[in-house]
Amino acid sequence: MESTIEKKEFNITVYTENQIGLLNRIAIIFSRRKLNVESLNTSPSEVESIHRFNIVITETEEVVKKVARQLEKQVEVLKVYFNTNDDVIWQELALYKVPTDVIAEHVSVERLLREYGARAVVIRKDYTVFETTGHREETDALVNVLQQYGLIEFVRSARVAIIKDSDGFHAKLREFERLEPGEDVVENEYLNKGQKVFTM
Amino acid sequence: MDTLELKDKQAQGSVKTEELSGSQILLKGLIEEGVDTIFGYPGGAIMPIYDALYDFKKELNHILVRHEQGATHAAQGYARTSGKVGVVFATSGPGATNLITGIADAQIDSTPLVCITGQVFASLLGTDAFQETDVINITTPVTKWNYQVTDASEIPEVLAKAFYIAKSGRPGPVLIDITKNAQIQKIETEAYQKCGHIRSYRPYPIVRQSYVEQAAALINSAKKPFILFGQGVLLGNAEQEFKAFVEKSGIPAAWTILGVGAIPTDHPLNVGMLGMHGNYGPNVLTNDCDVLIAIGMRFDDRVTGRLDKYAKQAKVIHLDIDPAEIDKNVKATVPVWGDCKETLPLLTALIDEKSHNEWLARFREYTQKEIDQVINAECNPTSGELTMGEVINQLNTLTNGDAIIVTDVGQHQMVACRYAKFNHTRSNITSGGLGTMGFALPAAIGAKFGAPNKTVVAVIGDGGFQMTIQELGTIMQSGIDVKIMILNNQFLGMVRQWQELFNERRYSFVDITSPDFVAVAKGYYIEGQKVSERENLVEALKTMLNHKGSYLLEVMVTKENNVFPMVPQGCSVSEIRLK
Repeated sequence: MESTIEKKEFNITVYTENQIGLLNRIAIIFSRRKLNVESLNTSPSEVESIHRFNIVITETEEVVKKVARQLEKQVEVLKVYFNTNDDVIWQELALYKVPTDVIAEHVSVERLLREYGARAVVIRKDYTVFETTGHREETDALVNVLQQYGLIEFVRSARVAIIKDSDGFHAKLREFERLEPGEDVVENEYLNKGQKVFTM
Repeated sequence: MDTLELKDKQAQGSVKTEELSGSQILLKGLIEEGVDTIFGYPGGAIMPIYDALYDFKKELNHILVRHEQGATHAAQGYARTSGKVGVVFATSGPGATNLITGIADAQIDSTPLVCITGQVFASLLGTDAFQETDVINITTPVTKWNYQVTDASEIPEVLAKAFYIAKSGRPGPVLIDITKNAQIQKIETEAYQKCGHIRSYRPYPIVRQSYVEQAAALINSAKKPFILFGQGVLLGNAEQEFKAFVEKSGIPAAWTILGVGAIPTDHPLNVGMLGMHGNYGPNVLTNDCDVLIAIGMRFDDRVTGRLDKYAKQAKVIHLDIDPAEIDKNVKATVPVWGDCKETLPLLTALIDEKSHNEWLARFREYTQKEIDQVINAECNPTSGELTMGEVINQLNTLTNGDAIIVTDVGQHQMVACRYAKFNHTRSNITSGGLGTMGFALPAAIGAKFGAPNKTVVAVIGDGGFQMTIQELGTIMQSGIDVKIMILNNQFLGMVRQWQELFNERRYSFVDITSPDFVAVAKGYYIEGQKVSERENLVEALKTMLNHKGSYLLEVMVTKENNVFPMVPQGCSVSEIRLK
């Protein structure tokens, strides 16, 4: 049995109504417990009008479970899932701005792009912007390389994550819209780790 | 009046239509929701609503408080005795920020409130306008839901949602902030529609029969089962269902201070109060029972003491309407999600009819020890200065447990909760979770409006009374009949007790002086007297209770009495001390 008291990275997926002020209501559930939100992304979901938060924190499963219930308790939150990194497909996007002359002179750009899976988004006389997507280690690796060549700006996006074993939210939403929702909308546990999982 | 406002007034005057203003829509909506009493205080940003209120004097009884905090506590008292939603009006800025303590109190004690605050014109939001405060963000952590209205057309739907959210599921406070332009704006409206469903909000979790069955099996096999009950029983209006469950199961039951009254004090299976200053038996035997059945209570730290030594030997059945409470503090063996009004009868149907006489006798043994070592000295002293316990004891004799007791926070609160007799539900109104000093006086006003046919006695310490003493003005003006009983020990007694026991009697700023309370009351045209001798106590209490209208009785009690039993902080419930 996996320990529930060991801290690890959890991906919290929150399906919500699109409402002003909800971001604050969600954020304070973490700050109240002095939990550091490592990454937070808000975006539309697969269902029109339903928003989706992807939140990453490093905590014990026990704490994450309590937080998930507090989140789901909020009036405008429909559903909360929490998953370990093994249970999700996730990506972060990073942009790197470097001086074009330095990079052209000292680096084999082609090798760089190949090795790090990067692509050039903008190439100007004065600077070039590269982009990578991937896990934290992958986007970080390129930073280390480019630091030596006068990295001007670096930015990494919040994490977006897709739950491997999820059927999406369309059917769930129909349940919610009923006055008497079925049992599956009540559970707030891990999605069943199941057969439908495939890994990259 | 600023120019913008003037222009709006002129605009109103020049255009005569059948349309309604946002303010009128709001008040009509309140009436549709069954509201008849509002506690509030006017100010610049809520003036249009108060202007409209002038025409609704017959339908809506507005009680002018003396401070907005008082409005929230009064609304809490009203909600707790009546079972209805308490309604508060306040203006923007300081009016709204003064509500925060009461809203936080309502949030932690699950009291349904709808607070309406005025806000500056929408065009001025974010400009540091006069009396502008970001009320939505300030209240987000302490409200169940809040919303800022900037257009009159939003009002009916938002108000309907507010009432539905405040009272359904686990109740709580809701705040609607309405910008001044939306209050003034005139629109055509359709008939008001109440709200009964919000797709993202599930106030009543689905009851799972399998959990009910597991719970029943545990109860049926238990040798030493123990029931803990809280306010959830009252909030679910499940007193009858609870009584049936307790009586069929024959299981001893102990209460949290918000759950008291769900069954009468004298019920043979009622074994007393839980927690830090609760009764001896319930605390000690929590760590001896084999099945703990928690009903509508949330295992507050004042109830559990040290968690890692709390009922570790027991299997725990937790009935709660709020899934977030399950496993929050105490891990449940069987969670029974749902409204206990619904789950208790399902459980009662499956349990065996039993009596647990031997087990119950153990509680009685502890009770006897407590009577001998604590209660007799506190409630029936024959010499020395008056004690808080004997005052409550005498009050019990005179009210026969039929009064509503509203308490403030501190020693007198614990004494009143321990010793007051309750024959009826919704009779103990106290600030449980937040522990708000200053709660009692305004809450008693609201409690009386919520239960006009009941005797309402506010039991208050000399410290807490001075925190909201201005609400005597509200009593004076509204003519409400509230009995105010100040138990004056000339100290901030609970902090003094802790300083005595844990800080080597270093009495740091707990020595509080008081004005002549009787004279202050007289200044508000409220009669009263002060009593300090035992032979005058009963007569003074009778005078207070028989007096037509409000009355203040100041009882001078012994200065350095401590409330016992006590579970010291950081100790297990079974380490409860009798002295």
